Amino acid sequence: MLAVLTVFALAAMVLPALARVIGTRVFWVAALVSLGAFAHTLLQAPAVLSAEAVRLPFERFTYIAQLQFTLDVRMDTLSWVLALIITGIGSLVLFYCGAYFRDDERGLGRFAAVLLAFAGAMYGLVVADDVYLLFVFWEATSVFSYLLIGHYTHRKASRGAALQALITTTLGGLVMLVGLVLLAVQANSSSLSVILATTPATTLTTVSVYLVLVGALSKSAIVPLHFWLPGAMAAPTPVSAYLHAAAMVKAGIYLLARLAPAFVEVPGWREVLVALGLATMLLGGWVALKQTDLKLLLAYGTVSQLGFLTVVAGFGTRETALGALALLLAHALFKSTLFLVVGIIDHEAGTRDLRKLSGLGRRSPVLAVVAVLVLASMAGLPPLFGFVAKETVLHGLLAAASGANSAVVGDNGQLWGVIATVGVVVGSTLTVAYSIRFFWGAFARKAGVDDVTALATVSRRFLFAPTVLAVTSLALGPLASFVNTGLAGYPALFPSDGGKPYELALWHGLEPELGLSLITIVVGAALFVLREQFARLQARMSTGVNASNAYWDTVGAVDRLAVRVTSLTQRGSLSFYLGVILVVFVGVMTAGLVVGDSWPAELRAWDQPAQLAIGAVMIGAAVAATQAQKRFAALVTVGVTGFGMSALFALHGAPDLAITQILVEIVTLIAFVLVLRRLPAKLGDRHGSTHKLLRAVIAVGVGVVMALVAIIAAGSRIAEPISLAWPELAFVQGHGRNIVNVALVDLRGWDTLGELAVVIAAATGVASLLFLRGRGDTPARLGRSVIKSRIASRLERVRDLGAEGERRNAWILAGPTLDPRHRSILLEVVVRLTFHAVIVISLFLLFAGHNLPGGGFVGGLVAGLALVGRYLAGGRYELGVALPVGAGAVLGAGLIIAAGTAVVPLFFGAPPLTSTYFEAEVWLLGEIEFVTSTIFDIGVYLIVVGLVLDVLRSLGAEVDRQGGDDQAPPALAARAKAQREAAG
Amino acid sequence: MTVSLVLVIVMAALIASGVYLLLERSLTRVVLGFLLIGNGVNLLILIMAGRPGIAPIVADGVAPDEYTDPLPQALILTAIVITFAVSAFLLALIYRSWRLANADDVSDDVDDVALRKGAISMPVEEPTFDDGGTDFPVEPEEKVIATPSTGEGSQ
Repeated sequence: MLAVLTVFALAAMVLPALARVIGTRVFWVAALVSLGAFAHTLLQAPAVLSAEAVRLPFERFTYIAQLQFTLDVRMDTLSWVLALIITGIGSLVLFYCGAYFRDDERGLGRFAAVLLAFAGAMYGLVVADDVYLLFVFWEATSVFSYLLIGHYTHRKASRGAALQALITTTLGGLVMLVGLVLLAVQANSSSLSVILATTPATTLTTVSVYLVLVGALSKSAIVPLHFWLPGAMAAPTPVSAYLHAAAMVKAGIYLLARLAPAFVEVPGWREVLVALGLATMLLGGWVALKQTDLKLLLAYGTVSQLGFLTVVAGFGTRETALGALALLLAHALFKSTLFLVVGIIDHEAGTRDLRKLSGLGRRSPVLAVVAVLVLASMAGLPPLFGFVAKETVLHGLLAAASGANSAVVGDNGQLWGVIATVGVVVGSTLTVAYSIRFFWGAFARKAGVDDVTALATVSRRFLFAPTVLAVTSLALGPLASFVNTGLAGYPALFPSDGGKPYELALWHGLEPELGLSLITIVVGAALFVLREQFARLQARMSTGVNASNAYWDTVGAVDRLAVRVTSLTQRGSLSFYLGVILVVFVGVMTAGLVVGDSWPAELRAWDQPAQLAIGAVMIGAAVAATQAQKRFAALVTVGVTGFGMSALFALHGAPDLAITQILVEIVTLIAFVLVLRRLPAKLGDRHGSTHKLLRAVIAVGVGVVMALVAIIAAGSRIAEPISLAWPELAFVQGHGRNIVNVALVDLRGWDTLGELAVVIAAATGVASLLFLRGRGDTPARLGRSVIKSRIASRLERVRDLGAEGERRNAWILAGPTLDPRHRSILLEVVVRLTFHAVIVISLFLLFAGHNLPGGGFVGGLVAGLALVGRYLAGGRYELGVALPVGAGAVLGAGLIIAAGTAVVPLFFGAPPLTSTYFEAEVWLLGEIEFVTSTIFDIGVYLIVVGLVLDVLRSLGAEVDRQGGDDQAPPALAARAKAQREAAG
Repeated sequence: MTVSLVLVIVMAALIASGVYLLLERSLTRVVLGFLLIGNGVNLLILIMAGRPGIAPIVADGVAPDEYTDPLPQALILTAIVITFAVSAFLLALIYRSWRLANADDVSDDVDDVALRKGAISMPVEEPTFDDGGTDFPVEPEEKVIATPSTGEGSQ
């Protein structure tokens, strides 16, 4: 069975491609797949019919063994009959599609694939022996149904109907899921057979069963959720024949039948199902008689028959169970045939309106005979199988109504037996009437209507499927006792009333049910004859109440509510959202702090008195930052807090942090200045500060909460810090004395690797925001030789012309590219003298960092500052000369080195990031120690350098270029030329 | 474990000032608020290190608990660098915003405002087969479905 499911899935995936090659013949392939599944199912007969539970076909595929997630499939009589219907009718309908569609049909491949996939899902649904698996297939059929109903994607009605069907059935499906979960939890197993066998009769069971019923009834279009099925007639007719007659709508009935043996004793089960079923049956039959579209007539007929099936499947005695299964089979056979007949008429005549069709019976006698056979089955005329099924149903209901099996059905059973019998007889009368109406509407010659001239030659291929189904309907009647052998396994699940089991048969003698059948036929025929008077009666009784309108009103109301809620909550203002988040944060944290009780026993005022002074300055600076009106003033005050941080770190015994903080603070200030120089000096010149008080309240609230969190979190600590082991780990395993550095490159190297990725992402983001075309990795730079020759020539000119000011060009390479007014000789000299020394210091910090304060971060920042100096002194061309590679290359190299350090130990069978220690005596240098984690630190160094470089190149050089206020070389050349000319 | 009240107050002041700025419309103020909050959070982590001790450079004869806790330091060190990287990104955003819109402020979402003012309505896609009288009226639907030139229509 799992193999069958796999074949369905694989074939469905192949079909779209195949359809492009072979057109509508793709349906033949699909039909073959379904036919194969049918044959496979037939071959299961001996095992299924043996009526021994242990011999029933059962397969299990374990897909997550640790969680006991399995795919269980099982085939008992009920599943077997349903599987035969699904695969058998499926293959016929698919074959029929080959004649129904043309090669140029829109979305042909998709349609074929979805229809076959639907068949597979339906097959899976009826064989699933796990409630979750069942649910997955259940929802899959809803989704495929959505795609199939909406096949005519360009029609609004089609899309609307598809969505309506989807929403209705999935809503029911979700309710059902809750019920299934409750059942599975209660039974401590998701196996359907275990649940059915072991669930106790508790209130919880009752609730969960009703939840499941919501899903079943919505799927089977039972009042009040019946409206989606007529809407679904927007689907192509073969889809209606398969999904909305034979297969999907039977899923709900299947589930009822599956649950009935175990849950018929659940309070209200029989009453609710009989009441809803009868209401559906009568409503469907009544409305069917009003229809003029043959397809809608069938749709309401189907609603009616589904109600009928619900009554019988829900009634829950042996006889009704047998009747339900027989009726299900009979209905699948006759109703899908009728849809196929309508499809042929529509296809050939171009209409389904019975007011426009006339004289078709004579044009196509074969089609008429086919229709007559299945209509007779629908109306319950002997010797067709529909008659056998209906006799059995009536027998079962009469047995309950007469009190013959009161031991089984209980006290209420007799009353509900009477109600059901009367309702079913009335409903069947309507069925007879609309059956005749269908034949009259489709085939009769009507006065005042021109004969339809089409339908002279319907191809055999087109007629094949309905003919086979009609012949089956006819043959199964006389073969009733043979069918009985196939179905008998299901009613045996219900308690016996002690008598001899009732069997399907064409002739049971002159029983009361035969009389009831006769009444339905006579009255039904009379209803048809008096159809004009009846139509007037119907018109008078029309209430205007319309379930579909109620649905659309609900949908509209939900949409309007959504708009209102959205406009209330989504104000469009980020400050508003942030404010809401912060208020919630303060509220929740305050509640948590009030409830919790872990105030520390003591609180120190300060660690060192110096903290007091530094803290006062920082608080003053932070408050000043909030009040600053000028950009640079605000920036400087924020910077003060940063330097204060550095001092606090130093006081706290954290030299690495202190150094890093100072360096970062400097780079940050410079980066800000680079950008802010382009913006107006005054802050908030477009939107001034608003809601100051409210913001202050939120801000103070957050601050106070954070303070409390800090105190209480620290006070709650009871465990020893994990880092107590770090000094030894760092020294013995990491071969370094600087614990913080060893932690970064070795002990917690993974964290650092992740952090480096963040840094690279941010750096790349900066570049991508500034460089609109390309990343700008070929930086603005002049070739070294070009600049040298230019300087040489200029020096010559200086000598020649004696122009004093030009002599300072020589200090840095790209200095002359700057406007003389922007140059600072002092800066150029300082940069010239210190650059290389600073780079050497940065390298020293990098390599010494393992044992002394320093490391890759600090070293990288120092090197970055050296580059900042070059840029500030010489502009963007100087930066290009200073580091003539792209920032991306530096970042990438750094990441490769860092990641490589993580990966390489894997090749030696060690965990990632394992470090090794080398020691060697080197001539002149003495003993040299080397730890491989230093290589990781080199990667960190490069990435930090790359980050600073990227910031300089983007926020500095590129902003310069876009601002256009630095001196580009051509302008310089022009100026020099002008000078020369002026002098000459 | 006990904490230094001064540090807690400084931390709270940094975060409060940062939040105040973060709720502004001016992007520059938002970024400055981000920096202040970054400093405040780093201070919070430092507070979690407990009492200050000897700088965590392994020296002979020092017991592990005499060092300042190195774990929060490692966290703060990476946090400092990341804060720089992200604020550089925010600066780039400010610059872009200034170049494109000549504004460095956070503006309201245009669609949200339009929705709030009722300028946008939400259409409901309802099938057209509705002429009253029956539960599922037929005519318009049939007209649509029986259109020739599709698979379901006449040839």
